[in-house]
Order: sequence, then structure tokens, then C-alpha cells
Amino acid sequence: MDLILVNLIDGLVTGLLLFMLSAGLTLIFSMMGVLNFAHASFYMLGAYFGYQISQYMGFWMALLFAPIIVGIFGAGVERYGLRRVHQHGHVAELIFTFGLALLIEEAVQFFWGKSQVPFMVPEALDFALFSISGNAIPAYKIFMIFIAIGIFAGLLYVLTKTRIGMIIQAALSFPRTVEALGHNVPLIFMCVFGVGTALAAVAGVIAGPVLGTFPGMAFVLGSIVFVTIVIGGLGSLWGALFASLLIGWMTTFAASYNVGLAEILTAIGISKPVDMANSPWRDFWQITLSQIGPILPYLLMVLTLIFRPHGLFRKGGL
Amino acid sequence: MNKTKTGVLGALTALMLSTSASVADTVKIAFIDPLSGPFAATGENAFHLFQYAVDAVVNDQGGVLDGDTFEIVGLDNKISATETLIHLQTAIDDGVRYIVQGQSSGVAAALIDAINKHNRRNPDQQVLFLNYAAIDPALTNEACSFWHFSFDANSDLKMDALTDVIAENPDLTSAYLINQDYSFGRAVAASATSMLADKRPDITIAGDEVHPIGQVKDFTPYARKIVSSGADFVITGAWGADMYGLGTSLIANGFTGPIYTYYAAASGITAGFGEAGKGSLFILAEGQTNPPASEEAEQYVAGFKEAFPGENFTLARTSNVIRMLAAAINEAGTATDVVAVANALEGLEIENPFGGTLYMRPDNHQVIQDVHVMAHTDDGVTNSLDGSPYGLLVSDSVVAAGRDSATTCEMDRP
Repeated sequence: MDLILVNLIDGLVTGLLLFMLSAGLTLIFSMMGVLNFAHASFYMLGAYFGYQISQYMGFWMALLFAPIIVGIFGAGVERYGLRRVHQHGHVAELIFTFGLALLIEEAVQFFWGKSQVPFMVPEALDFALFSISGNAIPAYKIFMIFIAIGIFAGLLYVLTKTRIGMIIQAALSFPRTVEALGHNVPLIFMCVFGVGTALAAVAGVIAGPVLGTFPGMAFVLGSIVFVTIVIGGLGSLWGALFASLLIGWMTTFAASYNVGLAEILTAIGISKPVDMANSPWRDFWQITLSQIGPILPYLLMVLTLIFRPHGLFRKGGL
Repeated sequence: MNKTKTGVLGALTALMLSTSASVADTVKIAFIDPLSGPFAATGENAFHLFQYAVDAVVNDQGGVLDGDTFEIVGLDNKISATETLIHLQTAIDDGVRYIVQGQSSGVAAALIDAINKHNRRNPDQQVLFLNYAAIDPALTNEACSFWHFSFDANSDLKMDALTDVIAENPDLTSAYLINQDYSFGRAVAASATSMLADKRPDITIAGDEVHPIGQVKDFTPYARKIVSSGADFVITGAWGADMYGLGTSLIANGFTGPIYTYYAAASGITAGFGEAGKGSLFILAEGQTNPPASEEAEQYVAGFKEAFPGENFTLARTSNVIRMLAAAINEAGTATDVVAVANALEGLEIENPFGGTLYMRPDNHQVIQDVHVMAHTDDGVTNSLDGSPYGLLVSDSVVAAGRDSATTCEMDRP
């Protein structure tokens, strides 16, 4: 029972981290109508800039400035890259972001080397806040939870309660009408792209010290972020939150319990083959849940695409 | 008349050129390993270690035979077996007779297979494979080959040494085995289980599991499970980001026992663990550098750091490869007849500046050397890693680990 509570907290942390990435990606998607393959690369840039700034000015300044720098860079990418490519259609945009992802990875390796860099949890948060039956909960995790919830609340407030948010929402759905009303729609798009990438950078600064800061970090998280927004429904903020938490808890619980597939199969009434040694299903029966845990989100994505192709939270077609 | 004179002169110069060529020949060695992509950091570091070894061990000491020098050529295989075989062919066409490779036992197995076929079909172009890091025990057992020599202790020999050390520590009573889900990870788990049962039947295995390789974003749930299992030590063969993630999660979530690993050092891992890893993290390896085993070794490490500033000195065995190859070529009296060189390598025993001796077992081509358990620490470290004050200090040693271990190797000899 205690372990369940601990896993709930761990899963929440993983899920919220995923949300910080997918929130930006899903906003950008609803704006441009195209997936930004370089999104996880901005997350990586955030972690590396965070590391570099923390060397001179400490972690807190890193948390403040790294997202700003990455956000400005992201806005520049939209203004001088994507906007030019846009006129050639979605395929060109897709290839542009894909190329950008490769470019950023190479650039990171060029400047910081191919090894892990020692980006550490700040000393002020490097202690166990409390422990549940021997399982320490690091203060840093609780800090991650609060930052993520703060970001979600802030985004939700800006998007639904403020004038800027309304203009953004209107610009997403009816860009020409909004433009006709005298708003600078390209500027709005640029800002949304900048904010989206800055959010990814926040996630990078926060996750870098716990998940490791290395050139492969974008690749490791990149695919799962796409899975998240596909499950949640492309363009839906609530969907991104729901899917992130679902994936966070799913992978955490799957990794925590050594439930074998054999037990699940027996429980639903399929009997074990008697002659196990020669059965073609032998390996299948011996799989444990923790072995396939990280694959489960992909399975969920396939099921979502089959049964609810527009995602769990998005109305209408894909 | 004049014509014949120039003809004679021409013939003479040609003769002189060819003799001078045979006086100072170049022995080409191809280094086929990842130099780009996610594993480039380790590949590049190993390549630099070989470049240094070639100069420090052979070229600056007057070369081999009559002043022949070694030249190492780096070829990027992107850790793919297909690319490796393409590079193997071009290298052979360029006159290379010695191949070094080490990252990934899968690639090593493919290379052994290809070299077996090539050497059978082209007796005048035979090549030797000097493996400096692929440690799947199959390579010196059922998949062994006369053309392949293994210079790192294979994972069974390392596990044998580790379990010897564990057996002498009565405080350790419960083990947790966690490994990446592929052939090497499973081999580590299997040998740990059987050797612990053999040497310390009272030790319980609190958990034995595998996780998908390179897929786990956060190791916290695994760490929770290990802590709550009550295990007092962990054995893992994980490497790279998986190793870092697992180790940091374990320590952050309150695991205090020793974590015995194969690969938890360098490539940023040592600096990443820093103070947190002290007293928890242990690694199994050959090649003692802290404290320096000899003055020669200390100078060698210092020389490398001067030649490649900012890089780690870890794979001491890269110098063993070159040292043993040079000794074998000198003994065989030829660098081109690789069968003679291979025969000279078999049973060769030389002093190792990094401690003990190096002995090439003739029956399975596995180097027998001292294997150490090293602790991650900043006390008494002269060869530190990752630009941090931390390094690996030898805490326990097993001399000539596995010299008489059993092998299933049945070699086809030319």
C-alpha cells in the first residue's frame, strides 16, 4: 500500500515532466498544423544551456535564463526558418524540423562533447523531503511537481481568461479573420512558437539533473512526446495533461511490479500450454510487465489510433 | 650503351627502393568502431588511446623487426555489423593485416565470422582480429576462432573475480541483479546467479530482472523496487545512459549498499556521480591506474593526457594489444605472415606495466590478467576521470583471474 503511494508520486513526476514537453508541442501543432520534430531538441538545448549557465550563476538563474534564450532562439527559428518554408507546404515544414533536430544534436555534440555533462541538482533541494516506509522522496521531485502544476495553471489562465489568450485561440482557428480585425497574426504565431520551445527548455533545465544531460536525451524522450500528444489528441492542452499523467503512471507501475504475463493470461482464463519447452509461445508466457513497461505507451498509441483516431480529447477528425 | 646504363641504373634504384621499403615498412592496423553517432564518445576515446599506444609502445621505441612502424587507421562503423564488414574489405584491400574492434559483441561476432571465411578463401591475404573490449564469453568459447584474440577479460572472468571478492565479505547476504535486456545483460545475470550459488550458497537473490535497453526514461520505479526488496548489493552490466540513470536513481532513493558494475565510469558518468557515488559505486576492470602499478604506467598515463588533453585514460588494455602484438611480431620475425604471428601470440606471456602479467591462453585466445574491483572515489586518485577529482581506486584484486577456467572452445587451426 505504501509502495502504491510512492509510485503515485513518482508517476506524477514523470507525467508532469512529459506534460511540460507535450504542452508546447501540442500548442505549436494546433498553430502550424505540423508536427515539430525538433521539439525534444529544444528540451535538450534547455538542459545544456541550463548546465552552462549554472556553472557561472547557479541553478536558479539557469532556470530563469535558459528558457528565455531557447525561447528567443525558437522564435527566431519560426521567423526566419519555418515561415519561409511554410509556403512550400507541410512536407517541407516537416523535413525542416527534422533536419533542425539533427543539426541541434550535432551542434550540442560539437560544443559540449559526446559524453554526459555533470548537471547537478541544486544543493538547496538536494535532500530527502520525507520518506514513506523507507522510500525517500527527494525534495527536488516535489519541486518539479510544483513547477509543472504552476506552468499548467498559468497556461490555462492565459489561454482562457486573458485577452491575449483569446486572440491566440481565435488566430489558431480563424487566422484570416483575426488578421482582418487588425491583429498581427504572424507575430502571434512567432510568440506561440517561442513560448512552446521555452516550455520545453524549462522541462530540460528541470529534468537535466535527474534524467541526465547527454546528446541522446532528445532522442530518448522525443518519441514518447509524440505518443503523448497523439493519445491526448493533437492540439488539446487537457488531452496532453491527461495522456502525460496516464503514461507516467502506466510506465511507473509497470516497472514497479514483476507481474508476469502468465499470471494475467491465467487470470483471464487462458490456460498455460502443458508442454512449455516446445511451445512456440514459450517466450511470450515468460514476459514480465516490467520488461515491456516502456513499450506500453506505444501499444496504447496504436490502440488509440485504431479506436479513436483523433485522440482521447480532441473533437472531430484528425 | 647509354641505354643499357640507364637500364641498369633504373634496375638498381628499383632494387634499392624495394629493399629500403622492406627495411622500414609500415604495419597497418585498422580500428573499426563507432566514431559518430550515440556511441562515438567511447569509440573516439579508444581510437585516441590506440593512436597514443602505437607511438608510445612501438614507434618511439624503434619499431618492431628492423624498424617497422605501426600505423593505426580509424574506420567508423557506426556500431553496425554491415558497415564493419564493408570497412573490413576495404581495409584488407589497402594492405591491412590486423583489425582492432571492441564496441559491441554482436559486431565482434560478425567480424569473426567474416574473417574466418575470408582467411579460408584468401590464404595470401589473411588477417588477425585483436578484440580489445567485446566481452561476450561466447567469443572465446563456442564461437572462438584461431584468428581472434580477446584482450579484455570476458564477462565470465570478471564475474568470477567479483564473486570471489563478494564471497569473502560476510556482510553481503542478498543480491539484486538488474540488467539490460539483450545477450550481454542476460549473460551477466546468468553467470552471477550460478557463481554466487556456487561460492556463497547463503546469499539470496532478491531480484533478477532485465529492462529494455535505452528505453527507460526514469529508473525511479526500479530503484524503489530494489530498495524495498531488502537487497544489500546490486550487480549490473548496464552501460551508458542506462547505467547513469539506474545508479543515480538508486542513490537518490536511499540505496546505501555497494553497486557492482561493469561500465560505471568515464564518458561523463564519473563526473555525473561525483560525491554521491563515493562508497556506493564499484567497477570491475583490468588495468590498474590508481594507485599507479609502476612508474612506467604512471608516465604512460601522463604522456597520454599530454597528447590528448582533457581525455580520459581508461582502457589500459589498448596498450596491451599493441605491446603483445609487437612482441609476437618480433618473435615470429615477420609482420606479414599472420599465421606465424598468431602462433607467436599463443602462449605469449609478458610483463604488464599496469600490474601483473599478460598471458594469452593458447586454447581459446583469451588474455589472462589481473582483474580488479575498483571503487569510485576522490581519495588517492592520480588518474582522475572526466575532469573531475574522482577516479577509480583499486580496492580488491584477483591475480590472473580465470587462468584455469574451463572453455568449450574447439579451434580450427590452419
